[in-house]
Amino acid sequence: MKRMLLLGDEAIAQGALDAGLSGVYAYPGTPSTEITEYIQKVKEARERGVHSDWSANEKTAMEAALGMSYAGKRAMVCMKHVGLNVAADGFVNAGITGANGGLLVLVADDPSMHSSQNEQDSRYYGKFALVPMIEPSNQQETYEAAGHAFALSEKYATPVLVRITTRLAHSRAGVELSDPRAENDLRLPADKRQFVLLPSIARKNYQSLLGKQVAFEEEAENSPFNKYIDAEDRSLGIIACGIGYNYLMENFPEGCPHPVLKLSQYPVPRNHVKRMLDECERVLILEEGAPFVEEQIRGLMDATYNILGRLDGTVPRAGELNPNIVAKSLGREIALTEDKSEIVRPRPPELCPGCPHIDSYNALNQALMELEPGRVFSDIGCYTRGALEPFNAINSCVDMGASITMAKGAADAGLFPAVAVIGDSTFTHSGMTGLLDAIIEDSPITVMIVDNETTGMTGGQTSSARGKLEDICKGLGVPEDHIRVVEPLKKYHDENVAMIKEELYHKGVSVIIERRECIQTAKIARKLAKEVKS
Amino acid sequence: MKRDIILAGVGGQGILTIATIIGYAAVERGLSLKQAEVHGMSQRGGDVQSHLRISDAPIYSDLIPEGRADLILGIEPMETLRYTTYLAPDGWLITNRKPFVNITDYPDYETVWKEIEDLPRSILVDGEKLAREVATARSMNMVILGAGSPFLDIPAEDLEGAITAIFSRKGDAVVEQNIAAFRSGRAFAEESNLATE
Repeated sequence: MKRMLLLGDEAIAQGALDAGLSGVYAYPGTPSTEITEYIQKVKEARERGVHSDWSANEKTAMEAALGMSYAGKRAMVCMKHVGLNVAADGFVNAGITGANGGLLVLVADDPSMHSSQNEQDSRYYGKFALVPMIEPSNQQETYEAAGHAFALSEKYATPVLVRITTRLAHSRAGVELSDPRAENDLRLPADKRQFVLLPSIARKNYQSLLGKQVAFEEEAENSPFNKYIDAEDRSLGIIACGIGYNYLMENFPEGCPHPVLKLSQYPVPRNHVKRMLDECERVLILEEGAPFVEEQIRGLMDATYNILGRLDGTVPRAGELNPNIVAKSLGREIALTEDKSEIVRPRPPELCPGCPHIDSYNALNQALMELEPGRVFSDIGCYTRGALEPFNAINSCVDMGASITMAKGAADAGLFPAVAVIGDSTFTHSGMTGLLDAIIEDSPITVMIVDNETTGMTGGQTSSARGKLEDICKGLGVPEDHIRVVEPLKKYHDENVAMIKEELYHKGVSVIIERRECIQTAKIARKLAKEVKS
Repeated sequence: MKRDIILAGVGGQGILTIATIIGYAAVERGLSLKQAEVHGMSQRGGDVQSHLRISDAPIYSDLIPEGRADLILGIEPMETLRYTTYLAPDGWLITNRKPFVNITDYPDYETVWKEIEDLPRSILVDGEKLAREVATARSMNMVILGAGSPFLDIPAEDLEGAITAIFSRKGDAVVEQNIAAFRSGRAFAEESNLATE
């Protein structure tokens, strides 16, 4: 049997490939990026012609994957948790249309917000859309989850959500591979109206989805990923979801003395849970993320059973789990030998030396110097670091594209000048429609597109904006004399400041494109060129 | 056997190369391995760490529990101090001596070194100097790996085999330099260890 050392992200990718994947659709986002990158790199995927180009955003990715499923092939769409907010329209309605070819929606959550704006738990989305979910506990299960999800998806004609979290996505372990399965042939849906969500059809589809819920729960009761492991000491029972199971077993390397329900497939299998509640005096629930299972078991009145978890403070309400938190919740706190050092200082990530955003912010700050601060709306990307010392240049970072629309709203309120700073890839992800709003009302905003010609923060993936920004802005209706392209370099500082000032005081939409390649991708390109030469 | 190792440094210093080499040697020996890495926003100039776990028994958690690390191996001294609470009662802290200063409030160097030297089991290595003596400053992370190697319970020849496998694409000269750097770090740690025992 073939064995590989794989990140959780790579395990789902390899699992999907071996289960007959025909296409992956995604927009980069930590901690999900490496899934698509892996498929792009694998020779076999290229030879098979598995689709793996980046999408403009998670919504377009979700819909393209649904289209591939419509055509009968197995498709996967990958995103980080907040990406599912962007894809939610397509995702929830895909629950109603159902799938044809297997449709796997992979969401990588980021509890503790290592590189995110929030720590929302995607399992709520799965329940909201009424679709089955798998939450693997380790790399091997992640690999197997892909084939299992595709089979489940095709058996019930439903999308299946697979949820992983940062620690699994970015941790490597040995994985044993199964024999690969061939891709599906092109096969259109038998019912040519399955995907037409006119109200009359949607109502019918929705009834059918509701009707499947019992079967989905039965699948979870009998899932190979869920296990009821009985044990003698029933003073406590433990429901361990996803990687919570690993942290539990870390504390009991010789085996857990209490009954354990290892839970990795949803909807919550009620029979297993009921058995534990009936047989154990107290039940501790370990979840990586929100108290999703805990809330369902407690219900609103929370009276019948003795339940411990995030809601009563046994486990902290926010943040990811780790072995120490779990140990403490079990009353087995691990003693520490050394104290925390008092002299260690935080070392936040920074803009790389030579980064074009440094010059863009220096110019913008100077252009705004005589004005009261607090008028720069920004977005998600490397340039968000402009909020920190020494720049203190931006005043918002909310969601992909919000810089332009928030600047517009503030301008509507009377703020002038109002500025938006957005990256090239973020602009094509979700900035273009907001710019259209501003153009239609001729809102007095200045949009600075910091164009480093790549999706920088996630490691330099191809940006959908590359070579298209001027044409997009023109096409949306920005007047040509207010589309300004500059090169953010120290030697052009004074003229760039003067130009920004001109546009700041223009009483309409201006777009300033600050174009200079990301120094990281430039470095890699130089290295590659050198290797080709030698 | 079981070894839980925290690798610490600053984004770009090459801790993942160290992790890859130890991981390669461990897998070749048929050991189980888990290696949690930091990707994404934390990479550039920020603090980075990797939890590397090797064992001949199954490994559950991807994260090492605080209080249970056998070794903290660092390329930057203050960064190793960030993880002292992870040290097991008999755990070692081994780090490069030279600070990497990209923050304005970096603590006084002497204080950092003293805090490390005051730990019951620690070794400070002048990785850059040792690397320059046998190779170039770029092989500094191999000196650090060498200095940590006596504490890994993996034979040195296995680790050298892993270095050879991983650097072979870059040519024999690079392999030899990295192995020389590794040996120099290992010799230094063995001498210091004898001196403290």
